[in-house]
Amino acid sequence: MTGRSTLVRRSAPLCALLLGSALLTACSGAGGAGGTVGSSAHSINVLMVNNPQMEDLQQLTAKYFTKSTGITVHFTVLPENDVRDKITQDFSSQSGQYDVATISNYETPFFAKNGWLAPLSADAQGDSSFDQGDILPSIQQSLTVNGQIYAEPFYGESSFLMYRKDVFAAKHLTMPAQPTWAQVADLAAKADGAQPGMKGICLRGQPGWGEVIAPLTTVVNTMGGTWFTKDWKAQLDSSTFTQATNFYVNLVRAHGEAGAAQSGFTECLNDMEQGKVAMWYDATSAAGSLEGSGSPVAGKMGYVPAPVDQTKSSGWLYTWAWGLQKASHNQGDAWKFISWASSKQYEQLVGTTLGWSKVPAGKRASTYTNPGYSAAAQAFAQPTLTALTSADPANPGVQPRPAPGIQFVGIPEFEDLGTQVSQQISAAIAGQTSVSQALSTSQSLAAKVAAQHAGQ
Amino acid sequence: MTTASISARSRGNRRSGPALGLAAWLCGLLFFLPFAWMVLTSLHSEQNAATNPPSLGAPLTLQGYREFFGAGTGVSPWPPLINSLTASVASTLLVLALAIPAAYALSIKPVRKWTDVMFFFLSTKMLPVVAGLLPIYLIAQNAGMLDDIWLLVILYTSMNLPIAVWMMRSFLAEVPKEILEAASLDGAGLLTTLTRIVAPVAAPGIAATALISFIFSWNELLFARVLTGVVAGTAPVFLTGLVTSQGLFLAKVCAAAVCISIPVLIAGFAAQDKLVQGLSLGAVK
Amino acid sequence: MSTPLITTRSSPGVLRRASASGTPGAPPARGAWARRAPLLPALIFMIVVTQLPFVGTLVISFMRWNALDPADRGFGGLSNYRNAITDPSLRSAILTTVLLTATVVLVSLLLGLGLALLLDRRFFGRGVVRTMLITPFLVVPVASALLWKHAIYNATYGLLNGGLTWLWSIFGSSHAPQPDWLSNVPLISVEASLVWQWTPFMMLILLAGLQSRPSDVVEAARVDGASTWQVFRYLTFPHLRRYLELAALLGSIYVVQNFDAVFTITSGGLGTANLPYAVYQTFYEGHDYGQASAEGVIVVLCSIAIATLALRTVSSLFREESL
Repeated sequence: MTGRSTLVRRSAPLCALLLGSALLTACSGAGGAGGTVGSSAHSINVLMVNNPQMEDLQQLTAKYFTKSTGITVHFTVLPENDVRDKITQDFSSQSGQYDVATISNYETPFFAKNGWLAPLSADAQGDSSFDQGDILPSIQQSLTVNGQIYAEPFYGESSFLMYRKDVFAAKHLTMPAQPTWAQVADLAAKADGAQPGMKGICLRGQPGWGEVIAPLTTVVNTMGGTWFTKDWKAQLDSSTFTQATNFYVNLVRAHGEAGAAQSGFTECLNDMEQGKVAMWYDATSAAGSLEGSGSPVAGKMGYVPAPVDQTKSSGWLYTWAWGLQKASHNQGDAWKFISWASSKQYEQLVGTTLGWSKVPAGKRASTYTNPGYSAAAQAFAQPTLTALTSADPANPGVQPRPAPGIQFVGIPEFEDLGTQVSQQISAAIAGQTSVSQALSTSQSLAAKVAAQHAGQ
Repeated sequence: MTTASISARSRGNRRSGPALGLAAWLCGLLFFLPFAWMVLTSLHSEQNAATNPPSLGAPLTLQGYREFFGAGTGVSPWPPLINSLTASVASTLLVLALAIPAAYALSIKPVRKWTDVMFFFLSTKMLPVVAGLLPIYLIAQNAGMLDDIWLLVILYTSMNLPIAVWMMRSFLAEVPKEILEAASLDGAGLLTTLTRIVAPVAAPGIAATALISFIFSWNELLFARVLTGVVAGTAPVFLTGLVTSQGLFLAKVCAAAVCISIPVLIAGFAAQDKLVQGLSLGAVK
Repeated sequence: MSTPLITTRSSPGVLRRASASGTPGAPPARGAWARRAPLLPALIFMIVVTQLPFVGTLVISFMRWNALDPADRGFGGLSNYRNAITDPSLRSAILTTVLLTATVVLVSLLLGLGLALLLDRRFFGRGVVRTMLITPFLVVPVASALLWKHAIYNATYGLLNGGLTWLWSIFGSSHAPQPDWLSNVPLISVEASLVWQWTPFMMLILLAGLQSRPSDVVEAARVDGASTWQVFRYLTFPHLRRYLELAALLGSIYVVQNFDAVFTITSGGLGTANLPYAVYQTFYEGHDYGQASAEGVIVVLCSIAIATLALRTVSSLFREESL
């Protein structure tokens, strides 16, 4: 058997590799990968969305929070769509894997109603340094259910219109102080091609109920449409909803960014920074990045309120907030973390260590009187505060609503419904289907959801 | 045995003309291009990674790699990497421990209706994984095995076992029956037979099976996404966590993708021959 | 030059005869359990881990159970199945799955065959080329999906559009077309990334097939004046048939279950949601456990139908062996 030795030799590297890995695994298993991390005396598990503000938090937690309290915080960060699925899965089964998670004002009401969240009012009021009264009323209201606070905001945002002042000046265009959507469409057409490769406006087109659906729904609201009537009738094929959707889709197809059907916040931010669009309608939190260090458009941007049609204001209201799982075994430590991350002191800490443009703003009135923040956010602080205070989740349109929410409908089914509808809208933006076709498919989906609620 | 000489001659030794050689090179480069692009992007700054036209000559930086190793957030990629290694190595060992005896019972001393057994093994590979996900989640939750790397070890074993049994059976079927019979006539015990006759033939088979099993376990995403959390998250899950909907991430993600692919790349490059052999034998045997 | 490729230890014909003669018609009953013993751990393990959960799926599929509505849980009869069957998105997911699998398997099989034929000949740097060609198979799938989505297809800064801009600028034009790949051709985009990933796999199997081909016959045919095409058509191709079947079978098994690419590249949008993704969506995004289970059961039933067909192929492989 002459072949034997060659065979052994040939398989030797692989065997060595496997053996080596096995040894490595055995050693490390004893060290950290075992199942003990989550349950040691003072540690909590936090599940959060992968946004820049959360990255800063990760960085500062070990250095400051753990050092002063002795509580280790284990973070799991995921992109927005994934994190929601994971949070709902963990909280609905009350498996208690995570003590704290970033939830938004969308989930808070029904998470609380289902008994998945620990109430925080008592803790918040017993903690004078936390200063609950400083939280913006619209934000606090959106996190309160039956008089109990169920989540504390980390940062809040509304939406407004951002535009390139220099481009507008060069083309002799004027942005009204409170633009209407008709004016914005006109400006988008005029600004289109103002520079080589520059389009008129960036609007989200990416599928996802938190992507294209958010700005679209604010347009629907202000143009007189709604997803559902007060008595749960789906309205997606109504004339107002259709008109608003046509307006949005036509605008983005005619003067919107390249690759609109796959563009979300990140893509638009990139387009704005790279000078590929003249305007952008999106979250107020974008301004921090646009004015941040290293941004090529810093100082060139103007900010005006969300464009309107039939309503006085149309900005959305959104907050990433800390929810505490009811099944958590570390409620005390978890509150310590929440009250630290949502505090004035944390904002101060970010301002002094990382820079004031990185402060998780939009939740406390005191942020906007803080001299450090005001100086750094001069260009957009006031428009942001105005947008946040004028947003009214209970009454965002021209007709009464069956559930709270501006850019969403505050019911559990909306995540699924919104995502499916968003895929239809996205296809319409890509030109694969017509708006009327997309909306008639969406209407039947919405009608199913409506029927369930009407029957209750 | 004359077979060795046949194989030596059959080993593609016709020279090709320069045109065909050039074509092969072009195809190779074309298939390699996306990977090369990934490596180049991983060495650019975030701003240079997202330009149009591409900034080929932009200065190189290790910033993406530094961020992957936790420069920005202080989050170490080692726990997920070690989790992936644990899951892949442990499940591979378990696969071998189960597959080798099974393959023995399907080839060397085959049970009756062994083809039916093979069908059963293969048919489990064709059932959609996702349909069993919910009960697995519920069982794991009740058994306290959520976010436990050993749950993944069990699932990855079941995922790779059918292919492993198939491959091992093909390799063991190569053991010449005449020699086995001769050995048993000479009074050789089972242990001697296994170590002296079966093992040498099966060694490359074991290596090939282990490699395939390792690769598929290392790559798995669906189970790991749904069933792990703080402690047991694997490298692919960690990778998806680097994508953000607010801000640039391309260089960092490419750097992470390169790092996470490295173990499989090394194993695969080192054992290309095994891979070919292991994958193809099912057709012959 | 490269390292020698593979060592095919024996020609199939020799082995087939050997194993056939070694397989007794009926093992004696006394030794039957001794023969079965080594098989049992693997068999029991597979039954417990892969079959029992499906029983759970079956039970849940008859329940009214949405995790978002914990108050309303109970026996739901066939309502989940009614919803699943009337759901147009599930029907389109079936079509997408068939299209996606067939396209990816066929295209990568053809490309893999071409590449294997090229690599079967000696040329300068063959080892390097082979190494470059198998790289896509060794990149972690979710990493390659992220790569294709963000670094290649992205309409603003992806490699494809960047390359177009660069090409056009060579000819002095600043108006390069900038198609939005993921919106215009979403399914093809997903398929292309999967073809990239699976072609090396097909190539490896077919290359092994080519190299196990008895070359004396080929040489004899050449001496007899057979053309290259004739050699391929009448000698190589029949020999490769089993390898092609095997490659197609293994490829289908993995591609039909693909989740990573669909999940990452398009998130199931624009008609790219295949069955695994559709069920995942109901389970993990809709949190409708009952409905997701009903969809799972339907998918399993479809799979069994398809698997039976596929297994006939395998069974022909086995039958040729045991005759």
